[in-house]
Amino acid sequence: MVSGPTVTGRLAFQLWLLAAAVLALAVAAVMTGPYQASLGDLLQAVARYVGLQSAAEGGPGTIDTILFGVRIPRVAAALLTGAALAGAGAVYQGLFRNPLVSPDILGVSAGAGLGAAFGIFFSLPVFAIQGLAFVAGLGTVGLVYLVATMVRSYEPTLVLVLSGVVMGALAGACLSLLKILADPYDQLPAITFWLLGSLAAIRPQDVWGSLPAVLIGLLPILLLRWRMNVMSLGDEEASALGINPRRLRLILVMAATLMTAAVVSIAGVVGWVGLVIPHIARLLVGPDFTRLLPTAMLIGAGYMLLIDMIARNLTTTETPLGVLTAFIGAPVFIWLLASGRRGWS
Amino acid sequence: MKLDVSDLAFGYPGFPVGQDVSLHLEAGEVLCLLGPNGCGKTTLFKTVMGLLPPRGGRIAIGGRAMESLARPELARLMAYVPQAHAPVFPYSVHDMVLMGRTAHRGLFAAPSKGDHEAALAALEQLEIADLATRDYTRLSGGQRQLVLIARALAQESPFILLDEPTASLDFGNQLMVLEQVRRLAADGKGIVMSTHDPDHAFACGTRALAMKDGRTLANGPVAETLTGEVLSSLYDVPVEILLAGERRICLPAI
Repeated sequence: MVSGPTVTGRLAFQLWLLAAAVLALAVAAVMTGPYQASLGDLLQAVARYVGLQSAAEGGPGTIDTILFGVRIPRVAAALLTGAALAGAGAVYQGLFRNPLVSPDILGVSAGAGLGAAFGIFFSLPVFAIQGLAFVAGLGTVGLVYLVATMVRSYEPTLVLVLSGVVMGALAGACLSLLKILADPYDQLPAITFWLLGSLAAIRPQDVWGSLPAVLIGLLPILLLRWRMNVMSLGDEEASALGINPRRLRLILVMAATLMTAAVVSIAGVVGWVGLVIPHIARLLVGPDFTRLLPTAMLIGAGYMLLIDMIARNLTTTETPLGVLTAFIGAPVFIWLLASGRRGWS
Repeated sequence: MKLDVSDLAFGYPGFPVGQDVSLHLEAGEVLCLLGPNGCGKTTLFKTVMGLLPPRGGRIAIGGRAMESLARPELARLMAYVPQAHAPVFPYSVHDMVLMGRTAHRGLFAAPSKGDHEAALAALEQLEIADLATRDYTRLSGGQRQLVLIARALAQESPFILLDEPTASLDFGNQLMVLEQVRRLAADGKGIVMSTHDPDHAFACGTRALAMKDGRTLANGPVAETLTGEVLSSLYDVPVEILLAGERRICLPAI
């Protein structure tokens, strides 16, 4: 885990390699499915799409509709979801100085789940359900932060985590109430399915709606990438090294929450990714956040894509993402714990 | 440059810990802070570092009032060496020292080439450059303490505060750390160091402040301040001071 200018080149090479692997996986994902498309089909469709080649008579064919209406948006959503969750997870783990923390520790998923269930309960249109999930996710974390600030303490992170647990439980209780009141044949399955996460119904506009929020959240995290390291030493040392930890924590929590809420609102609650992927990235490139963040986001994107490919190809009905990430994440996590806690101590 | 703490009262909201503490420190001096457990040393440190607002009195660094200094400005004037601890994540020694450069760079900047060089120079000055690529978490306590001192050096501040730098170190490592403290002072740093061993004050201190129950018991040059009488009443055990050539030695009567 050498640092310094001498190894920056090697790291950049590793990142490019990782990015190329993710891209190759994305191309493969676009081609596979019930309707198989060859690389030639894909290239021709792209050429038609950008106007290099005139469309066949009678407008765009089936293949164009499948690729641009369904597959590419779905692949893009998977990449976006994985990258955002893994990036947010890396931020949260550093901020809370705990490698067992996941992006929903402050209740963003619980809040988003409640918001979406609310939307489904009142039979609102899809965009309203997504909007409610987004706003409720952000609102819950805002509330958690407010409660934590009102409780003056010399252990601000602990208070923050505990009020996150409390608010998450409260949101869970409200969700249970909604589930009992919901129509068991129509609404209840929809709520349950949403809570397990799925990209099956993703539309191009969902991706375009979510992307700006992810980028806005990512910007401060990228800019403060070095200070994230200092923050992970704890408030006292960070202060002594010239940082204002309270202010920085607020900015970083809000940024990571924005990223999480933006993808959870379109993909549903997908657990484990934000917890396990930063771990794996830390094993590969060490804890320095300037290297950890891009690595975690790339691995997260590739992992989510792989999971989604399994979800849509494993059985004839879609398998919920949250089920798959748990089935894979839990044993991987146990293995990480058993293999001597490398990457943290 | 001078560090002036005058008539300081310190503590937590609704919970005063100490008062009437003054200390004045110039470049090249080592002030040793002694006192029994719970006498308020840590709280005093936190207040002098600006982590706790003073309950009274004044702190000035280089003639500038503490309240008027922003966090990065303060960090460029005063570095803090905590007790050797293990962070959660296994940063490399180089990265740990590099973090000392934070206050010298803009909010959004990552360390520059110059910062990497400054970190390496600090490691070399403490003769631990060979540890640069090791994981900080896998070092021994003595090595960790040296790395944290190197980080304070990389911070390039005129003053350094060390919180019990010899605590939980073996005999050889204690002496190694004391030797480094003496060298830093010789290089012109002003140092405040808390310690539980009067002999450490005799070994590298120029001034001493004896504190009991949050109040100053004695304050001044080491030899005049840490007398048998003062140490006896400080720790409530009979203590004698012996002279071995030029060097003073603390001998508890048990």
